[in-house]
Amino acid sequence: MQKLELPKMITEDKLKDLYKEMWMIRYFDEKVDQFFAKGMIHGTTHLCVGQEASAAGSIAVIGRKDKIVSTHRGHGHCISKEGDVNKMMAELFGRETGYCKGKGGSMHIADVEKGNLGANGIVGGGLPLAVGAALTSKMKKENYVVLCFFGDGASNEGSFHESVNLAAIWDLPVVFICENNQYGMSGPVKDMTRIENIADRAGAYGIPGKVVDGNDMIEIINTVNEAVENARDGAGPTLIEMKTYRWKGHSKSDAKKYRTREEEQEWRAKDGIKRFKETLINAEIFTEEEAKQLQDEAYQAIEEAVKFAENSPEPSMDSLLEDVYA
Amino acid sequence: MAVREITYLEAVREAMSQEMRQNDDVFILGEDIGVYGGAFGVTRGMIEEFGPERVRNTPISEAAIAGAAVGSALTGMRPILELQFSDFITIAMDQMVNQAAKTRYMFGGKGKVPMVLRTPAGSGTGAAAQHSQSLEAWMAHIPGLKVVQPSTAYDVKGLLKAAIDDDNPVIFYEHKLLYKTSSHVPEEAYSIELGKADIKREGTDVTIVATAIMVHKALEAASELEKEGISAEVIDPRTIVPLDKETIINSVKKTGRLIVVHEAVQRGGIGGEIVSVIAESEAFDYLDSPIKRLGGKEVPIPYNPKLEKAAIPQVPDIIEAVKETVKYK
Ligand SMILES: Cc1ncc(C[n+]2csc(CCOP(=O)(O)OP(=O)(O)O)c2C)c(N)n1
Repeated sequence: MQKLELPKMITEDKLKDLYKEMWMIRYFDEKVDQFFAKGMIHGTTHLCVGQEASAAGSIAVIGRKDKIVSTHRGHGHCISKEGDVNKMMAELFGRETGYCKGKGGSMHIADVEKGNLGANGIVGGGLPLAVGAALTSKMKKENYVVLCFFGDGASNEGSFHESVNLAAIWDLPVVFICENNQYGMSGPVKDMTRIENIADRAGAYGIPGKVVDGNDMIEIINTVNEAVENARDGAGPTLIEMKTYRWKGHSKSDAKKYRTREEEQEWRAKDGIKRFKETLINAEIFTEEEAKQLQDEAYQAIEEAVKFAENSPEPSMDSLLEDVYA
Repeated sequence: MAVREITYLEAVREAMSQEMRQNDDVFILGEDIGVYGGAFGVTRGMIEEFGPERVRNTPISEAAIAGAAVGSALTGMRPILELQFSDFITIAMDQMVNQAAKTRYMFGGKGKVPMVLRTPAGSGTGAAAQHSQSLEAWMAHIPGLKVVQPSTAYDVKGLLKAAIDDDNPVIFYEHKLLYKTSSHVPEEAYSIELGKADIKREGTDVTIVATAIMVHKALEAASELEKEGISAEVIDPRTIVPLDKETIINSVKKTGRLIVVHEAVQRGGIGGEIVSVIAESEAFDYLDSPIKRLGGKEVPIPYNPKLEKAAIPQVPDIIEAVKETVKYK
């Protein structure tokens, strides 16, 4: 048996929940992919299939009062921050019962009460918001931490540099998490920056930078936990880069001409869910059968979300003008 | 001989390619414009012909690439910048508003900034509030920028050539829902002067000034109205800076009635400007009825398809507005 070194709050039950959560993320986005292909969902969407570990592992170490700031590829973050898959699916169907009453769609799902400050349609748009949320925590002495997710592409926007700098000089409790899935749309990270690691940029702002295997749940949990503890203790921000891969195209219409099938296969072999399952079996946290059962439960939850969405009403036409001002 | 029809999207590509073959100073830059062919496929195949030096894939850095376009334009190149969605101009705003638009004037007429910022605008694809806006009135407010809004493939080709040849910064708005529409487009290069409106349909009872996709809705409304004996003239300004006031004034003098239709939010929109043109001109004396503006509702664009449609003017709204207007005798 292999013993796992993990923070205290990551109990055996929590590990099982996390495994199921990863499957929920995967099944949710696989389902959405199918619906898009059939023309059943409007607009566009960005799927995080293959990137389940960075969402689930990072958010596992924070609590209810802590906050996250998500991205256009935000379904996984939302599910991990106790998101309700019924409301998420209903939102994608444009229904009144959806997270945004059918007005926001995939790119704008938020759950402010649960500390999810929202997906964002603007690349790099979330980073300054995370700084602001962390500022509130500090000024009001609320002692919560903000996890700020963004992509490798976003790290080339001015907003990344300005935000990290601001958070650094003010010692704000924010953890910047770069989900480096190797591409910003079609732009390979190696062509868009001249450094080896996005995390190397931390040095320019005087904060710690860490690189982790973005498909390794255990490494993610431990690294994010340390950064969160430091942030809570007033030591300021950390920049963590998680090397991972998105299995699907950038959005629904993507011929993926910018990468090879071999590369895709290579990364699929590093599947974070499969690896986490092996880890948990080796550590005797669960058996193959229990793992299967958790996976089935995840599948069921998504099937139910689809039913919920399909049976939900469309928003009324009167709602068009509502909610512009508070 | 059969007339050649190509799409609005192909017309953009053809205009750029022809200019790039003609003039080595012309190059394009933007996110994913290389092998990906741009978010909407406009530049597909161009990197194969012109290579990565002139079809320059950029990182996601709107402020820097807009500024790089300004700087390269000021020093002798003629850049065409593609922004994936017009909404992202907000990130490039400092460079467009504080730099591109003012450089020449501030320098006392020394130097020029011959650049084109092309970008898809408008709603209708379910991309929701941050990817569906029509922000042209914002740009039109800034002295030093020219603003183009073509509605047909024919106009796209001629206007884009004029924009590339122009020595000023030009914002060239393409409408996402028009990319697949086609019309007759000559193969040879031609130019349509910026600041010349097009009368898309002649009529005698009411003038409808419409921009971008609203031109098509206005034409549809006009066909419906014709069945009821109402003759609508449809004018497409094509460029909102410079604005062809004369064509609009002459039309209103003829019809005595004016309706302005645009997709952008009505409040503070270009419609108010066009109405003012009439209010301040001799055409005011010819008005037989109050002028009407039809613009987007004062809401961000919602995701749900029904709400999304309801947020902007539709054909029945135009028909109703015309009928109300012609009631005044
Ligand atoms: C300011 C801005 N520029 C461009 C886009 C179009 N766009 C959406 S996602 C994306 C790629 C983002 O790459 P990255 O930050 O690495 O995140 P990933 O999609 O890989 O998760 C682009 C270019 C946008 N939404 N916002």
